[in-house]
Amino acid sequence: METVILSLVIWVPIVAGLLVLAAGETRPQVARVLALLGSLAGLAVAVPLWTGFDRSSGDFQFVELKPWIDTFNVNYHLGIDGMSLLLILLNCLTTVLVVIAGWDVIKQRVSQYMAAFLILSGLMNGVFCALDALLFYVFFEATLIPMFIIIGVWGGPNRVYAAVKFFLYTLMGSLLTLIALIYLYNAANGSFSLFDLYEVQLPLSVQVPIFIAFMVAFAVKVPMWPVHTWLPDAHVEAPTGGSVVLAAVMLKLGGYGFLRLSLPIVPDASHELAGFVIALSLIAVVYIGLVALVQADMKKLIAYSSISHMGFVTLGIFIFSAQGVEGAILQMISHGFISGAMFLCVGVMYDRMHSRMIADYGGVANKMPVFAALFMFFAMANSGLPGTSGFVGEWLVILATMQVNFWYAALAASTLIFGAAYTLWMYKRVVFGAIVNPHVAELTDLNGREMLVLGVLAIAVLMMGLWPAPLGEVLHESVNEILRLATPGRKLLIGM
Amino acid sequence: MEYITPFIPALAEAFLLVMVCAILLIDAFLPDEKRWVTYALTMATLFGCFLITGFTDWRGEIYTFSGMFVADPLANMLKLWIYLTVAIVLVYSQAYIRARDMFRGEFFVLALFSTLGMMVMVSANHMLTLYLGLELMSLSLYAMIALQRDSATATEAAMKYFVLGALSSGMLLYGMSMLYGATGTLELTRMAEVIASNDADSTILMFALVFVVAGLGFKLSAVPFHMWVPDVYQGAPTAVTLFIGSAPKLAGFAFLLRLLVIGLGAEYLVAQWQWMLIIMAVLSLAIGNITAIAQSNLKRMLAYSTISHSGFLLLGVLAGGNGGYASAMFYVIVYVLMTLGTFGMILLMSRAGFEADKLDDFKGLNARSPWYAFLMLLLMFSMAGLPPAVGFYAKLSVLWAVVDAGFVWLAVLAVLFSLIGAFYYLRIVKLMYFDEPVDRSPITPTVSMRWVMGANGLSMLVLGILPGGLMALCEYSIVLSLR
Repeated sequence: METVILSLVIWVPIVAGLLVLAAGETRPQVARVLALLGSLAGLAVAVPLWTGFDRSSGDFQFVELKPWIDTFNVNYHLGIDGMSLLLILLNCLTTVLVVIAGWDVIKQRVSQYMAAFLILSGLMNGVFCALDALLFYVFFEATLIPMFIIIGVWGGPNRVYAAVKFFLYTLMGSLLTLIALIYLYNAANGSFSLFDLYEVQLPLSVQVPIFIAFMVAFAVKVPMWPVHTWLPDAHVEAPTGGSVVLAAVMLKLGGYGFLRLSLPIVPDASHELAGFVIALSLIAVVYIGLVALVQADMKKLIAYSSISHMGFVTLGIFIFSAQGVEGAILQMISHGFISGAMFLCVGVMYDRMHSRMIADYGGVANKMPVFAALFMFFAMANSGLPGTSGFVGEWLVILATMQVNFWYAALAASTLIFGAAYTLWMYKRVVFGAIVNPHVAELTDLNGREMLVLGVLAIAVLMMGLWPAPLGEVLHESVNEILRLATPGRKLLIGM
Repeated sequence: MEYITPFIPALAEAFLLVMVCAILLIDAFLPDEKRWVTYALTMATLFGCFLITGFTDWRGEIYTFSGMFVADPLANMLKLWIYLTVAIVLVYSQAYIRARDMFRGEFFVLALFSTLGMMVMVSANHMLTLYLGLELMSLSLYAMIALQRDSATATEAAMKYFVLGALSSGMLLYGMSMLYGATGTLELTRMAEVIASNDADSTILMFALVFVVAGLGFKLSAVPFHMWVPDVYQGAPTAVTLFIGSAPKLAGFAFLLRLLVIGLGAEYLVAQWQWMLIIMAVLSLAIGNITAIAQSNLKRMLAYSTISHSGFLLLGVLAGGNGGYASAMFYVIVYVLMTLGTFGMILLMSRAGFEADKLDDFKGLNARSPWYAFLMLLLMFSMAGLPPAVGFYAKLSVLWAVVDAGFVWLAVLAVLFSLIGAFYYLRIVKLMYFDEPVDRSPITPTVSMRWVMGANGLSMLVLGILPGGLMALCEYSIVLSLR
């Protein structure tokens, strides 16, 4: 029997979003409740994926296949493996949290705000499910529209600049991918199915430009140094919810793209250029870590820390070992929880003080003890403390890197120092010390809604840190399959 | 009976002509407050044509009038879209022309005559018919622009359009006369046979080709023959701009296909005009997209955007093969739908004494009316070629054809210029959503306009989610007509 769970995972949030939009701006409370129900429904339909997933198989599961554009043999082809499963669950959970977090913080155009997040969530699920390259591309590109609106409408003072920069940067990346996909479509005798693209034989001279075209798109999304400059702008100007979704889920589209398209479709070029990608990743880890150290703006600091952490993802992927790739995926999930939580923490303070500057704070712990404790926990997780989720992925990636090259690993491991330095130094300046700014003296501690959101994330971070085995189980076979497809020489066409 | 049979394939044209003459007469006896009768009759005529064309034999090519006129699936399909487009134009224009004292019989009669010209062009299999159709269409358009007699800009636009249009028609005619000299026939299918049998002097053919392509370049507003477009688009009353920018594109596409592909489709000629079109396409994409950024007038910006879209259309045609022509046809249909929507939106926001044609007039539209802002958002993203709007699939199918024809570098150039293009479409979205409104007066469209606008805007999304049907239709009509 054909399942429709994946279709539901995509379309339930989108339809819910349209309903919220239809509720209109005159009844914000209705919009909020509808959005909450919609996001919960989106999470609920994703649960059967976790329970019904066959952990002993690396094949795509819950497959749906329907013709979409007959003239060009494009299909509505969905399916997930372990990696997609985890990212979908992360996305659905994040959406619920974002809706709750924006509950009474957002006062203007509530229904549009909520609808944008719901639609974005459905579209991103679509990216994680698509097994047809064109379908993938359509979802991948479509995510730009709601995010553009989110940053531009509810963002900070320089939001227009940030929104346009975000949009054009990512669009530039993906347009070249489109040409590469069309080329592959012809090479595969008129098919966009990933299964067919995985088997096309290509000479290295073709693989390399295709790899570069893919890389431009995914590197912008991850983002890797030196195309990361849109991210600090976007994060700083975006509303809290926008930053959370951007960091927690949207950046993962890049890492996911590397694993789903680049590695299996052009394995030889991936191996050929791995050194280059690894070099960029290490620059991101070390240099961006140093850049984070000197930031005066909390959101900017966390944005740079995101780039640095995402460096681990690309590093792990291009080590080409099961440990490395698994570490990269776990790092993506963990970064989703932690960076989301960090942005929410900054959001909590921003809502009260309307400032993101570190210098404006100091002594917050005196007035917000519960918040200070939770913030402390996430700051520790962000610096990769063992026992939190931040440790698992980084540890695996460093371990895998060590087997390849000691110096790579040594450089990567420097993040444990820099990460701790910039996160905890920021924490110290904001939370401890005497109260200097009179506004800080008027702060009130977390309310129930904020407690709920941060609490859920804290539990997730802790569980993943203490007992990552269930996630590993889901990933093992899928990662092996990806690495089998990424074996060099498997689809190399020689003699051209 | 023998006098009637030749008319059967051209029944829609005959019906339209009879109705126009009738409307002309009836309108003369109508008092001003009963002018809606003319409007209703015009709509009824278009609907009648739609039924006639819709129910004709779609299976093959039917030639009539000794091969001067052909009714094939390509012509039928384009005609249906022309009727639909003209009908939508009239719905959108209604309130605008009422407020500007242009709600007169002439407007409708000229629009119908122009439609007739387009139909003749679409069905022409003979250079004389082609030219007749072209002139009938263009002359009606010149008059429509100048209908607002007291407006200096409109008169200037009409003058400019007329002079340059006449110049391009002259070039076209010169080219055609050379083609006649070289091949001894004016009938397109016959001409192709003569060229194929190597009976024609190739030097004269090359000369003719240059003139014909230059003439076509004018009509399709491709660079370097684009100078008239921005001035005419800006100067003409918006309702007329909408008309010029939409339906004639469909006819122009047919013109291009009939003349270049059917008439001059011999291999060694294709190699020649392919390169001419490549140069025109690349220049159009570059100049259209880059210049559009600097515009502050929305109509003028859209004029430059038209130029860039012509570049894309040419890419599809020059890629060649049924896939290329079908992609160009899909592109032009989608383009016309987008143009209808965007100019429709300008008409919707304008009112007596207020044109709404500045970019700033769209500031804060989301605060004034989220629904229309959403529709405009869809239209803009469709123009920019972003999924899930249908404009993406139009660009995609053209790129497909271009890559398939081996011009990967052209495809790369095309997407780079679309990236530049995305910026100015994005600016409109920015104005609507991120800025505060300056003008807070309520938007009050007529009921019919509200519904058609909604359908037009949503069609961007619906066709974007399910583009397969329209693509298959284009493919079908091209394959059956161009064998």
